[in-house]
Amino acid sequence: MPAPERAMVMDQADVGRALTRIAHEVVERNRGTQGLVVVGIHTRGVPLARRLAAKLGEIEGAQVPTGALDVTMYRDDIGLRPPGATRDTDLPFDLAGTVVVLVDDVLYTGRTIRAALDALTDFGRPRAIQLAVLVDRGHRELPLRADYVGKNLPTAPDGVVKVLLSETDGRDGVLVMEGEASAGDGRRGRTGEATEATRR
Amino acid sequence: MKKHLLSAADLDSGDITRILDTAAHLAKVTDRAIKKVPTLRGRTVCNLFFEDSTRTRISFELAAKRLSADVINFTAKGSSVSKGESLKDTAITLEAMGVDAIVIRHGASGAPWRLAEWVDAVVINAGDGTHEHPTQALLDLYTMRQRFPTLAGLRVAIVGDVLHSRVARSNVLALGTMGAEVTLVAPPTLLPARVETWGAGISYDLDAVLPKQDVVMLLRMQLERQRAGFFPSLREYARLYGLDARRLEAMPEHAIVMHPGPMNRGVEIAADVADSIERSVIADQVANGISVRMALLYLLLGGPAVGDPPVPAVVEGAAL
Repeated sequence: MPAPERAMVMDQADVGRALTRIAHEVVERNRGTQGLVVVGIHTRGVPLARRLAAKLGEIEGAQVPTGALDVTMYRDDIGLRPPGATRDTDLPFDLAGTVVVLVDDVLYTGRTIRAALDALTDFGRPRAIQLAVLVDRGHRELPLRADYVGKNLPTAPDGVVKVLLSETDGRDGVLVMEGEASAGDGRRGRTGEATEATRR
Repeated sequence: MKKHLLSAADLDSGDITRILDTAAHLAKVTDRAIKKVPTLRGRTVCNLFFEDSTRTRISFELAAKRLSADVINFTAKGSSVSKGESLKDTAITLEAMGVDAIVIRHGASGAPWRLAEWVDAVVINAGDGTHEHPTQALLDLYTMRQRFPTLAGLRVAIVGDVLHSRVARSNVLALGTMGAEVTLVAPPTLLPARVETWGAGISYDLDAVLPKQDVVMLLRMQLERQRAGFFPSLREYARLYGLDARRLEAMPEHAIVMHPGPMNRGVEIAADVADSIERSVIADQVANGISVRMALLYLLLGGPAVGDPPVPAVVEGAAL
């Protein structure tokens, strides 16, 4: 079997520029960072959220609280697959009245985001929730959209979009593996590590 | 992981680590304003208790409820068991009502194994006779891991009525799997036959063992199961094998005291030792029981039911 095609569609500088632009959009839309918190969805949303919060801090000169959200226990495919690995949810602030910027690496079916909205609701009642993603690859299965998108990336439904971050993968970048060739093992890996990128 | 949890020996070190890691994450649900996740919505867990229990039954009930499962509590008293219904007929009745998991405590050693043969539901052993109590062992391991970086090489003394203890057997199995060094300490009359095959050290002398331990776990003197005179008097037992303030002093400074409860204060453990804030983790054990049982219910019930078509575990694009 030939090696599947993979292409680097964003490099380290692109990822940095996309986050900088998103940070400015967040500041513009919310007229500053007052009452703003940034919450990353495990796994790669968490370092992205920290980076975004750091950039927001640079722009506005005020620290923006960050948190991490594990949506495993809120997924809609519990009972359909072997139980996924859980991670720590860490929201070291009261959500009531805040504007939450929810951060994930790839927006795909929207099912992870739905689970995240349910999870957030159990911690409190934010004034608003906005969604920021590094890559929107389309193929939504739920009526959801992102407020801030790093890059819109049209993909085949069976393709794989892989976001690499130095915190988790040693380097920054976005890789795409297109269509049929990837339909086999490319969509699988360690049990329970599913993210929006591959899980449908 | 296997389908049921009948014995602590059903779990390999990967399973145990996974359960304890998951429990650590789920513990945080208890700290939230809404102490509940929707994970096991629509699943039903039946607590089938043929023996008295406070903490285990309530712990399983809370664990299931925090995962949004429905819970039925069945106690032998006041049920058709008092009319003579057998375990098998009770099991078939529960199965017909569509329960997904049965948590069973039974006075007969081996009862959960028989039950698992009769029903499709997941069976969890919550204590069978004098045999096993695997979820107690798991919560004990969790509590030890909170205090010590690793279980491998940890020195644990299990002291007292080993003969009648299901906690001791499950702990020896699970601690052995994780590479801990276990020593059983008891008078010869309270050690079961062939205990030397368990793979744990054996001692009759508590004072000789104490200075070398990281964990000292006292077992309840199970007076209700004892029919013969296993020792001359409770006072003599307390003097030779009870953990009092003097013996606590002999333990290393970092060593902790555990007890599965309910305690016989003044027998296997002195009241001031049980209530020692620095050394006793007995209250932690109870609190941890809920998280560990949540983890177990999630891992046993959160996957496809037996008979469902297999779906491959889909995960991050690891091929890249």
